[in-house]
Amino acid sequence: MKTFRNILVGLVSRFRPEQIRLLFLLVLMALVVIFFSIQVPGYFNTRFIVRQSTSVVVIAILAIGQTLVFLTRNFDLSLGSIVGVTAYIVGQQLWRHPEIPPVGAVLMAIGLGMLMGSINGVLIAYGRVPSIITTIATLAIYRSFLVEYSNAVPITTNNLPRWLVKLSATSLFSIGEFDVRVTFAVMVLTLLLFQLVLSFLPFGRRLYAIGSNPDAARIAGFPAKRIVFTAFLLSGALAGLAGFLFLVRFGNITVLAGIGLEFESIAAAVVGGVSNNGGSGTVIGAFLGALLLDLLQNSLFRWAVISEFWRDAILGILILLAVALDFVVFDRLKNLWARVELEVSAGKAGDESKDLGEVVTHAS
Amino acid sequence: MPAKANLLTTIWQRLKSWEGLLLALLVAIVGINSLNAPGYLTVANQTNLFVLSIEKVIVAITMTLLIINGEIDLSAPSIMGLSACLTAFLFRDNIPFGTALFLAMAVGLACGLFNGFWIARVGLNSLVVTLAMLICYRGLARVLLEDESISQFPAWFNELGQKNLIGPFPMSLLIFLGLFLIALVILQYSGFGRLIYVIGNSKDVARYSGVRVPKVKFLLYIASGLISALAGLLLAARLGAVRGDLASGYELDIITMSLLGGISIYGGSGTLYGVFLSILIILNVRNGMGLAGLSGHFQTGVIGILLILSVLGPNLMRDARAAINRRRLQANLQRRA
Repeated sequence: MKTFRNILVGLVSRFRPEQIRLLFLLVLMALVVIFFSIQVPGYFNTRFIVRQSTSVVVIAILAIGQTLVFLTRNFDLSLGSIVGVTAYIVGQQLWRHPEIPPVGAVLMAIGLGMLMGSINGVLIAYGRVPSIITTIATLAIYRSFLVEYSNAVPITTNNLPRWLVKLSATSLFSIGEFDVRVTFAVMVLTLLLFQLVLSFLPFGRRLYAIGSNPDAARIAGFPAKRIVFTAFLLSGALAGLAGFLFLVRFGNITVLAGIGLEFESIAAAVVGGVSNNGGSGTVIGAFLGALLLDLLQNSLFRWAVISEFWRDAILGILILLAVALDFVVFDRLKNLWARVELEVSAGKAGDESKDLGEVVTHAS
Repeated sequence: MPAKANLLTTIWQRLKSWEGLLLALLVAIVGINSLNAPGYLTVANQTNLFVLSIEKVIVAITMTLLIINGEIDLSAPSIMGLSACLTAFLFRDNIPFGTALFLAMAVGLACGLFNGFWIARVGLNSLVVTLAMLICYRGLARVLLEDESISQFPAWFNELGQKNLIGPFPMSLLIFLGLFLIALVILQYSGFGRLIYVIGNSKDVARYSGVRVPKVKFLLYIASGLISALAGLLLAARLGAVRGDLASGYELDIITMSLLGGISIYGGSGTLYGVFLSILIILNVRNGMGLAGLSGHFQTGVIGILLILSVLGPNLMRDARAAINRRRLQANLQRRA
């Protein structure tokens, strides 16, 4: 009993429950890779890593946006349609005006995404329409806009400028045999940027504050409406960027582009430990969630034993398991941690002054 | 004379409510459609209009009960798809058709139990659970049929879905009317119905008052699973063919039917009468747009806008009323001062 206690105290001083969760995800990913390496001959090599690094990009960027929205206790179900609309419109403009510079195309995609995100944001933050209702509706509205707008004319790789088609296979630099693709580099930069914003900027901290206790945040004088609006605006902007990367990756865009991505982004965030009750989770976690899901999908695709149609069924079960695990295990773990931490600090305080120690024990 | 004045004010009060607004809207839409298309307001056309979306309308009943209860079931369309796909799958493998139908209903029950377990017993958020199951049940339906489309069901099955049973009414419409009456009696005129409202108003207050909240929620999810499975079978019978994506995307229409009917998304308020009116409105709007030559996708977009307006409208109305009251109060205070 004493040794168990010591181990626990040792753990508490070294890791937080959130870190254990991320560690758990990494272990799970390693297990997936080991399992499929045994099952599928020629599964794991540098080519696989490079392919994995490019295929995770779109979903990882969407997961960042979903995380921002999740932190404020909301959902964004319209992401799939925003990706479809931006990918199509940007592709169409590049087809008609091939002279548009790359930077212009990216800015156009982000702008379009922001526009659609701000429609969501206004309705949710200022119109007080629940996010689930708003975004189920705008998911349908943006998609039907795309269908009407496109007249069922698809964008094909042949119509796009050469630089765009080549971009998906262009490397920024190589580390040994591992090529760092441009799209992957863009994702890493976005990831770092938003992790820093969430950890250090007032805006980031306010997102957490609003999600963990909306009433307290309002009473403390935070502009809650503006912050929720900004979260949806940024989520839309990121979806616009994802739409551009979607165009880069696939080149062929039909009216069906991006369907189902909203579910995958939610799955990534939830599996990555971003709480749907708001107030907890990190961008890095959401990225690891996205990576695990993408890895599973790519691997199932190459596994001959079961059909690729199992993909969605497994996705759904994973979301449920992640939520249930959070609810049943990690919440208790967090409580245990808090208790042990209090006892440790009480013990330390007890050495110096007995009174203070008692106060702390009472407080627990 | 005062009695008559009272009657008039009651009628006026009724008309000023959300249901009154819906009724006015409905009359306007039907009026416009009748002007555009002669023979619009016949029994045959109105029945036909119902039959073309009867499956969504049936599921809207249980969805309404769940939303009043403060929960939601996004997975209902996927349960519809799964039950139809399971029937088609078993039928292809030469299992007797009656057994296949029975198993499809059983799978609906199982889905309802599964949802209910996580939401009512474990206590997870119903949005997340049913969103996950929306993906999962749809995935299972795809696993069963892959890319195939199965048709040529027994003749009696298709006839049940397509031919009229009594007078101008097919079986599916009669089932809807029956279920609607049952739901109306349960929700509006029974003790269990009061419990549904009480829990929707405040789960905690209900629990402290000794209401067995998990039991009520569990029962509602089981009902939702069973009715969704039934609706899936009716859709299969009407279409005569089943594919993996059967009924996908129906959640938009189903939820819109409930919310436009004045059911609060926060739970605890709204009536089935309002939902009946909003069903009529949505069906007539869709039909009218179809007559005007607008595509199905365009119609879906309009339904999406209707959904947002059905929540935004009351919110803005409440704001306006609060602003007017505030101004009146200030004016009174100034007059006194």
